[in-house]
Amino acid sequence: MSTAEAAPRPGLAARLFATGAHQRLLAFASLIILLVGFSLASPNFMQMSNIIAILQATSVNGVLAVAATLVIITGGIDLSVGTLMTFCAVIAGVVLTYWGMPLPLGILAAIAAGALCGLTSGTFIAKMKIPPFIATLGMMLMLKGLSLVISGTRPIYFNDTPGFTEIASGSLIGAAIPALPIPNGVLILFLVAIGASYILGRTVLGRYTFALGSNEEAVRLSGVNVDAWKMAVYALAGGICGIAGLLIASRLNSAQPALGLGYELEAIAAVVIGGTSLAGGRGTILGTLIGALIMSVLTNGLRILSVTQEWQTVVTGAIIILAVYIDMMRRRRTV
Amino acid sequence: MFTRRLFLGAISAAALLASGFSAAAQDKMYIALISKGFQHQFWQAVKAGADKAAAELGVEVTFEGPDNETMVDRQIDMLSAALAKKPAAIGFAALDSQAAIPLLKQADEAGIPIIAFDSGVDSDIPKATAATDNLAAAALAADKMAELIGGSGKVAVVAHDQTSRTGIDRVEGFQKQVEEKYPDIEIVTVQYGGGDHLKSTEITKSILQANPDLKGIFGANEGSAIGVVNGVREMNRTDVVVIGYDSGAQQKQAIKDGLMAGAITQNPVGIGYETVKAAVAAAKGEPVQKEIDTGFYYYDKNNMDDPEIAAVLYD
Repeated sequence: MSTAEAAPRPGLAARLFATGAHQRLLAFASLIILLVGFSLASPNFMQMSNIIAILQATSVNGVLAVAATLVIITGGIDLSVGTLMTFCAVIAGVVLTYWGMPLPLGILAAIAAGALCGLTSGTFIAKMKIPPFIATLGMMLMLKGLSLVISGTRPIYFNDTPGFTEIASGSLIGAAIPALPIPNGVLILFLVAIGASYILGRTVLGRYTFALGSNEEAVRLSGVNVDAWKMAVYALAGGICGIAGLLIASRLNSAQPALGLGYELEAIAAVVIGGTSLAGGRGTILGTLIGALIMSVLTNGLRILSVTQEWQTVVTGAIIILAVYIDMMRRRRTV
Repeated sequence: MFTRRLFLGAISAAALLASGFSAAAQDKMYIALISKGFQHQFWQAVKAGADKAAAELGVEVTFEGPDNETMVDRQIDMLSAALAKKPAAIGFAALDSQAAIPLLKQADEAGIPIIAFDSGVDSDIPKATAATDNLAAAALAADKMAELIGGSGKVAVVAHDQTSRTGIDRVEGFQKQVEEKYPDIEIVTVQYGGGDHLKSTEITKSILQANPDLKGIFGANEGSAIGVVNGVREMNRTDVVVIGYDSGAQQKQAIKDGLMAGAITQNPVGIGYETVKAAVAAAKGEPVQKEIDTGFYYYDKNNMDDPEIAAVLYD
C-alpha cells in the first residue's frame, strides 16, 4: 500500500501510523494475541507459575536488550553484550568466591567491569574510528577468551555467598504479597528499563544519544564533543550488561565462563521486534521490553504446546522478519 | 491495514493449529525429556531411543536441549516450561546439576518423578539414573587391549580430564582391570589432554618418544582417541595398538584405515530408551532400579557395519 492510497483517509488509524506509537501498539497487540492464543491452546499456559517462568526467562535477555537499544539508537551496534555479561559474572565470581569479599563489592565490581569494557569499546569506536561492528566483534571474542582465562575454564560457584542467589531468584514482592511471588530478577529488569527510559527521555545524554543516531555530523558541527558522548553511551550499556551478568550468575548460582555467545543476537532481535531502527535515531525502551517479552512468550508457548524444537526456531525467525517488515511498511507510509 | 489483518489471521490460525496438537496429546501419558544438547548426533541417537520406547509403551515424549552445552540458563528455562506442562515424569541430563536443583525440588514437591540420564545429578531427587557404566566399559577396553598385544607389555592411557565423572571412571576402569587380570601388562603413564585433538597428539608423541617399546594406547574419549591416532601416525609408529572411545567420522575412518584397532561405543539409543521406560514406571508408581546401565559395545573393522552396532555409531 502506498502513501498515495493512505493519504485520503486521515482517520484514527492514519494518525497512529503517523506517530511513533503505532509500532509499539502493534508490538503490544501481537504480544496480547500471542498470550490469548497460547492460553486458548493450552490450559497449562496461563498459570501464575508459568507466567513467572516467562518473566524470569525474559529478565537476562531483557536487560541485555536495553543495553543494546541504547547503542543501536546512536546508529552503532554492540555484538559484545553476551560475552560481556559472562565476563562480568566471572568478575563477580572472582571477587566473591576467590577473594571472599562481601556481596556489595562483588556487585559493584561486576557493574564497574561492565562499564569499563563498554568504555573500551567506545574508545575503539570514537577515538580509533573502528566501525562499531568490528570493534564490538573484537571485544566479543576478547571477553569470551578472558572469561575462560580468568575462571580457569571452570564454573565459579557462589556457595560461600548465601545472599547471592537472592539477587535474581529471591522475591521482595513475594515477601510483601505472598500471592505474587515475582522474582527480583524481573523487578531489576523493570528498574533497569525505567532508568534507561528516563535517561533517554529526560537527560542530555539521552538527547545526544538520539542526535548521534539521526545526524552525527550535524551534532559535531554544532560544537558538541561527539566522541565523549558516544563513549558515555557505550560505557552505560556496558554497565547494564554488568547487571545482566549478576542476574544470570545469581540465577545459576554460578558464573559459567563458556556461556554468552549467541545472546547478543537474541538481544538485538528483541530490540528490532520492539521497533528500534538499526539505522539509529529512533527507538524506545518500552518497545524493546515488549520485543523481549514477545520472544520469551513465543519460546515458552511453543514449548508448552510441544512444538518440536526445529519448528520453534523457524517460527522465531519468521516473527523477526514479520516484525521488521511491518516496521518498514510503517516507515514507507510516514515518508 | 491489510498487514495487521493478515498478522491477526496468521496468529489465530497458528493458535487453532496448536490447539489441535495439544488436544490430541492429552489422552496419553506425557513424559518430557530435557537433554544436554539437541543437534549433535549423539543426542539425536538418544532421541531416537526415546521415541522408540514412547511408541512401544504408548506414551507421548518430547525431547529438547539447548543449542550447545554451555547454555545452562536455557536448559533451566526448558525445565521450567516442561514443569508447567505437568508431565507424568521428566527425564533430565543436567549440564550443571547445582544450577538445576531448585527446579528439581519443585518437581519433587509436585510429585513429578525425575529420571537422570547420561550423567548423574548430585542429589537424591532422581528416582533413577540411566547412563553408561563407564567403569565396565573401560574394563572391556582393557580386555581388548590385552588380547591384541598378546597379554604382556607396556601400554599408556590418554584421557580427557581428571575432574569429570567420565574421565575418572574410564581411567579407573581401565587401570583396575589391568591390575587385576593382566599382571604382565604395565601401564607406564596416564596423561590428560582435555579432550583436545592437538594437545592429545602432542602428549601421544612424547609418550612414544619416552617409551620406544610401547605396545598400546587407550584414548578415553573422542578427542583423546583422535589425538592418539594423529600422534601414532606422525611418529610413524603404526605398530602400536590404539583403542578409542565413542564414535565420530574421524574415529570411524581411523578404524576403517587400520590406524585404530577398535573403540568402545556407548549406547545412546539405549540411554533414551531406558530413560523413557524408567520414567513411565516411576510415573505409575512402580519400583525402578536406581542405576540403569544402558550398555556399551566394542566395535572394530569387522563388526562396525552390523545393524546393531551401526545404529549406535554416529558421525
